[in-house]
Parts: sequence; structure tokens; C-alpha cells
Amino acid sequence: MGEVIVVTSGKGGVGKTTTTANIGTGLALLGYHVVLVDTDIGLRNLDVVLGLENRIVYDIVDVTSGNCRLKQALIKDKRFEGLYLLPAAQTKEKTAVSVSQMVDLCNDLEKEFDYVLVDCPAGIEQGFKNAIAGAHKAVVVTTPEVAAVRDADRVIGLLEAAEIKDPLLIINRFRPEMAKKGNMMDIDDVIEILAIELLGVIPEDELIVISTNKGEPAVLNQQSIAGQAYRNVSRRITGETVPLLKLDVSNGLLMRLRKLIGMG
Amino acid sequence: MLDFLEIFQRVFKKESVSSKKVAKERLRLVLVHDRTSMSPQVLEFLKEDLIKVISKYMDIDTEGLEVNFSKEDDSIALVASIPVIKVKRLSTS
Repeated sequence: MGEVIVVTSGKGGVGKTTTTANIGTGLALLGYHVVLVDTDIGLRNLDVVLGLENRIVYDIVDVTSGNCRLKQALIKDKRFEGLYLLPAAQTKEKTAVSVSQMVDLCNDLEKEFDYVLVDCPAGIEQGFKNAIAGAHKAVVVTTPEVAAVRDADRVIGLLEAAEIKDPLLIINRFRPEMAKKGNMMDIDDVIEILAIELLGVIPEDELIVISTNKGEPAVLNQQSIAGQAYRNVSRRITGETVPLLKLDVSNGLLMRLRKLIGMG
Repeated sequence: MLDFLEIFQRVFKKESVSSKKVAKERLRLVLVHDRTSMSPQVLEFLKEDLIKVISKYMDIDTEGLEVNFSKEDDSIALVASIPVIKVKRLSTS
């Protein structure tokens, strides 16, 4: 029996889809059987982040409405063993899938896979309710910004109300040099406010943009610091204890000068 | 006119209050509001418990009891207005 994990955030644009793609690919690299489910009906993106957009024949609505069998709609990523995508429908409404259909779908998928990662749409409406319906666990993605943390707090409340216990936190696009100068909330600040367990911190990394351009998750790039952070997150999901990446910024000349004159 | 200290601070780009602190404080306040407005039930439970405790010492007008959050500048206070009907005679030794 596999584990169904929903990746959610409330606010849009904080990196849910990038996170889903990278954790999923990371788990597949570790040898697990993984399926990524895109529930953002009407605004599907997980396919392009994974570079699988040209291989879609059937989608999630085709499966839930009985147009095709589940196996026909699953796209196998040819680059790695054990990674599959169930794409969202692009031309349907969010209401094209119901909560009970989603629960059935997750039940079917968890029989076949070690991990079922559900990429949730932004917002807290029907699409969100569907996405969390079949999940056992949740990963909440936020950035260290007021609006993103506020929405994360709201989503954590809704997850708890839906009895998805102990959601795990990913702080995305963290910029250690800004936090050090006191211009960005630190990891501890965000954890203190949201009061949930930290799953990982993903530093801001230009290579994420480049990897998304190419349709190759950053977790595959050994040079990417964000990729390294995602590899660590994937291992933590499997139960391994992996220490947080050291994100200390080395003191530049200016910083040392300031320290020298007591302004640091 | 900028005074000397301000010019000095600007030159060294050291702001008097870090924006991180501002962000954290704003979040703390907005979440108190969000969390309470999301579950008015919590306030109801609090009211019931307050009535239980206070009634041990005095008769109060439970209908007229009001409990609310009030925001003042940069802090949030829990404000309870509890009309007292009669204070009990306490038999303390």
C-alpha cells in the first residue's frame, strides 16, 4: 500500500508544481514507484515542468468519467524507472471531478505505487477539496513572505479540519543573504508562526528557471543547490534523517567592513 | 532635513527596524484575526468557560456578555464586557 501525499499552499506561485515534480523525480531516483497527479484542472502545468506535455493522450477527467482505463492515462517518464504522470484536463471545469471520484482514484493508485503525489491547485475551493480528498499526508509549500505564510496558515487549518494530521512544511525560495541582513523572515520565524514540522528549505536558485525551461526537474542537476535540497526532501519523505543544507552566506568584503566599524 | 544619524544609517544601509521584524509582526497580527474569524466556535467555547468560572464568584448577565478581539496599533487584546448583576457573599475564613 502506497502513501498519498498532497502538495498544497493556498497562495499561487510559491512553487507547488515545481516541488511536486522535484520530490516525485527524487523519489523515483531513489528507486520508488511514483505517480504524480495533476489536479489543477483547466490550468495544467505539471506536464510541462516534467517535460511530458507532448505525450498526453488521456487525462484525469477521462479516467474519472470512465472514458479510458486508469493505465491508459498514466504517462511513463522514459528517463527514469518508476515515474508516472496522471495529467489534469485542460479544457474542463474544476467541478469535472468530484470528491468521491478523487477518493476512488487515490485508492486505486495507492495499490499500484509506493508514492502518490497530488499537485493541488492554488486556492481553497473545489479544486483544493478534491486534491486533499484522498490524501493521507500533506506537504505545505510557502515562501518567506507575509502573503504566502498567511495563506499557508489558512490551508493548515483546513487540512486539520479535514483530519489530515501533521502537515509538513517546505520553505521555498529562501534567500539566506537577505535573511542574514534582516530583510527576509528566517526559517525559525516561519516555523514559529506556522508551528508545523519542517520538511525542507529550498534556496532560491536560478537553475530552477533553467530546468523548468528545459522540462528537466532540478533534482537531476548535481550543480543545483535547490536540486540538492529537493534530493534531501525526497529522502526525508522515505523516513531517512537528513540534516538541513548549510545555507550560510560567506562574509563579503562589505560585510566585514561593516563589522569592523561596528555596523554589522 | 536629514539629521546626521540618518545620513550615517543610509550610507551604511542599516535600517533602524529590519523589514523582517515588520513582516513577522504584521503576520502575527493578521493571523490572530484570521484564526479567530475562521472559527467563531472557539470564541463561543471561550465565552461558555468564562461564564462558568465567573459565575462561581458573581451573578452575571450571560445574555449581555461580550467577548471580542480588539486591535490597537500593534497589539491585539481580548476584551470581555461582562455585566455584573450581583456579587456573591464569599464565605472565606
